[in-house]
Amino acid sequence: MAEFWIAALALTIFLYVTLDGIDLGVGILFRWAPDEGGRHQMLQTISPIWDGNETWLVISAAILFGAFPLVYALVLSAFYLPLMLLLAALILRGVAFEFRAHSSWTRKFWDIGFWLGSVAAAFVQGCAVGALAVGLPNEDGRFTGSPFFWFSPFSILCGVALCLGYALIGACWLIRKTEGSVRESARTHALVLLAAVGVILALIFVYSLYLDLPVLHRWADRPVLGAIPMTGLIGIAMVLVGVGMRQDSWPLIGTFIVFLSAFGSLAASFLPYMIPFSITYLQAAAPHSSLSFMFWFAGIIVLPLTVGYAIINFVTFWGKIRPETDEY
Amino acid sequence: MDITTLLLARIQFAFTVSFHIIFPAFTIGLAAWLTLLEALRMITGRPVYRVLFDFWLKIFAISFGLGVVSGIVLAFQFGTNWSELARRTGPIQGPLLGYESFTAFALEASFFGILLFGRKRVSEWFYLLACAMVALGTSLSAFWIMVNNSWMQWPTGYALDAQGVFIPTDWNAIIFSPVVWVRFPHMLLASYVTGAFCVAATGAWLLLRGKAHAEGQAMMRMGLGLAAILVPAQIFFGHLTGDYVHDKQPAKFAAIEGRWHDEQPASEVLFAIPDEARETNHFEIAVPYVGSLIASMTLDSKEVGLTSFPKADRPPVAIPFFAFRVMAGIGFFMLALSWYAVWLNFRGHLFDRRWLLRVVFLSFPLGFIATLTGWFTAEVGRQPWVVYGVLRTADAVTPFLLPQQVAFSLALFAAIYLVIFLAGMTYIYRLLRAGPGPTVPAPATPQPPNPKRPLSLARHSGAAAGLEKE
Repeated sequence: MAEFWIAALALTIFLYVTLDGIDLGVGILFRWAPDEGGRHQMLQTISPIWDGNETWLVISAAILFGAFPLVYALVLSAFYLPLMLLLAALILRGVAFEFRAHSSWTRKFWDIGFWLGSVAAAFVQGCAVGALAVGLPNEDGRFTGSPFFWFSPFSILCGVALCLGYALIGACWLIRKTEGSVRESARTHALVLLAAVGVILALIFVYSLYLDLPVLHRWADRPVLGAIPMTGLIGIAMVLVGVGMRQDSWPLIGTFIVFLSAFGSLAASFLPYMIPFSITYLQAAAPHSSLSFMFWFAGIIVLPLTVGYAIINFVTFWGKIRPETDEY
Repeated sequence: MDITTLLLARIQFAFTVSFHIIFPAFTIGLAAWLTLLEALRMITGRPVYRVLFDFWLKIFAISFGLGVVSGIVLAFQFGTNWSELARRTGPIQGPLLGYESFTAFALEASFFGILLFGRKRVSEWFYLLACAMVALGTSLSAFWIMVNNSWMQWPTGYALDAQGVFIPTDWNAIIFSPVVWVRFPHMLLASYVTGAFCVAATGAWLLLRGKAHAEGQAMMRMGLGLAAILVPAQIFFGHLTGDYVHDKQPAKFAAIEGRWHDEQPASEVLFAIPDEARETNHFEIAVPYVGSLIASMTLDSKEVGLTSFPKADRPPVAIPFFAFRVMAGIGFFMLALSWYAVWLNFRGHLFDRRWLLRVVFLSFPLGFIATLTGWFTAEVGRQPWVVYGVLRTADAVTPFLLPQQVAFSLALFAAIYLVIFLAGMTYIYRLLRAGPGPTVPAPATPQPPNPKRPLSLARHSGAAAGLEKE
């Protein structure tokens, strides 16, 4: 049972990171849109999907609370400030998105809110992952660190990296979904961002060598795991070829592979720990009676239903947008 | 742990949950009302029901959206502010609250989209089914919340392990606890009554402004007619809820009654200013014997007073005492108003009296106030416990949380909720003011509207055409 729920949790978190990564990325790139027409097109590409994507965050939280209450209590209380900022940023973003269309003289204000909300949400998520990799100070499942432990130079670096990564997948999404000047600038952005992501990942690697993070020892012990990040190279190649040969779907699929390999690498370096390296998922799991109570409806009916719904939604909106007719 | 942190965390929870409950309380009632309208339209074939349906559907969609947005924060608050509660009761509260989220998501992913945008794409019967399923789904969401909260009021079906973690041993006992089955109908009826009064008040408002005559009359008749049936049922379930409090939470009962000392026979305090420091009431107006009658259905029963409990185990008195009286007062006022209106309607004079239209119009917030004060009574009355009799609120708060952190997040959410609330209310106000109109076909949009974005519905509808110009 615990295995089912840790797999379900990994799936929902991955879906959240990738899918909301797309629309947070578009939000980050929003600042650099060519003109008002471009901004309009960018929003159009994400309007049918963005709050469906955020559903996965709430589902992840629900699974975490129900199946791994120990981790839920520890992580949410330890990341108090970044979580509050994340929620505020996501709400601000959503509200700005809806109100922008209704506004005329306040449009600038909503635009800034949309951009700022996107950047802040991406940044704090990256910081949290970085802080988790360094280690979450706790005793018996109770947090013992300072309120700002998540705000170290290393985690800030991770926060910036995630902003760039989200912007990259956002740019690839725009290449896939638009034409004309928006697509042209997205291609340029994608190449620049790809290079930037490469540089910052190298920086993070060197920095973690310098900090001598425990994660590295796991990789040294099990070098075969190295195959997972290597698949990311295929993705990078696809982005480059796709941009060069003007194959609009390739960069998006390429970054998707990159995200998958990055997520897989993180999972491989942590598992079976949920909180590296102090609490395993078996230690954190709720009693069997709780897990099976959730399994028989939420696990086998609601979860597949919601995944299916998300797939249908994506297939429906798979084509290029038509800027002259659509409203967002 | 700092006492200020506890207070601020409690204020934050009270603020966010009170803000949130307004919207579900409204949408649960509205979903049932929409199903009723659709069924009546199919039975009678009268077009007025379709006009009313289209009008209330838009308001339902916006309220639903606001409910979802304001609920997200709650899903995280248990872990951020109440980590000890989450750690210790997570195996029970986690699955129950998880089921609430899952129910809402399953609903969004299935029938909600059909309800909002699918009328032309499915058969009449299937559309009615979609309405009924959405009504069922919103009620189910409320059901899980009530199961969870009732477990906190009267914990059952659990064992404590060595670390003080609550392990569920009997889910049937938790779900089918007798407390659930009086409190869940009480909450459901509260939503229905709130919806009925909002419908009636909107009708009265339209009539007062001389707009949409037929629809306004239909809304007032149906709203007050439904209230005339629902309010007595609600008072009955309120009484049953009082019985469970009397039997299972005697300290809360004593606080609600403003009873400081054991009494036999007990009198009923109608009004007083409770004084916790001196353990007495000022300006008390009390009726002898009635206290025993209400509590135990006899004239000579002995009823427990607050001083029979150690000070550390007593709830605050003033809030449950007054909140209960506001709630009950509103209930009886609603009973009188709806029965008077039905009587006038029989004699054909319902719409003759402008003062009555004004009273009905001004009664629109009563359902919300009664729902909120009812919850204040239940939740403040449960103090100082978060899980009654087992886990104290002071032991449930995140132990290392600093008051600055809570103050910061409280201010943050207060600001954000204010913006959302004002915007949402402006939307709803404009829709209500515009009143029901003939349905204008939505402009052909290549992108079908999205059930995950109910707030966008306002833009896809004819009545909102005026909204965009402003």
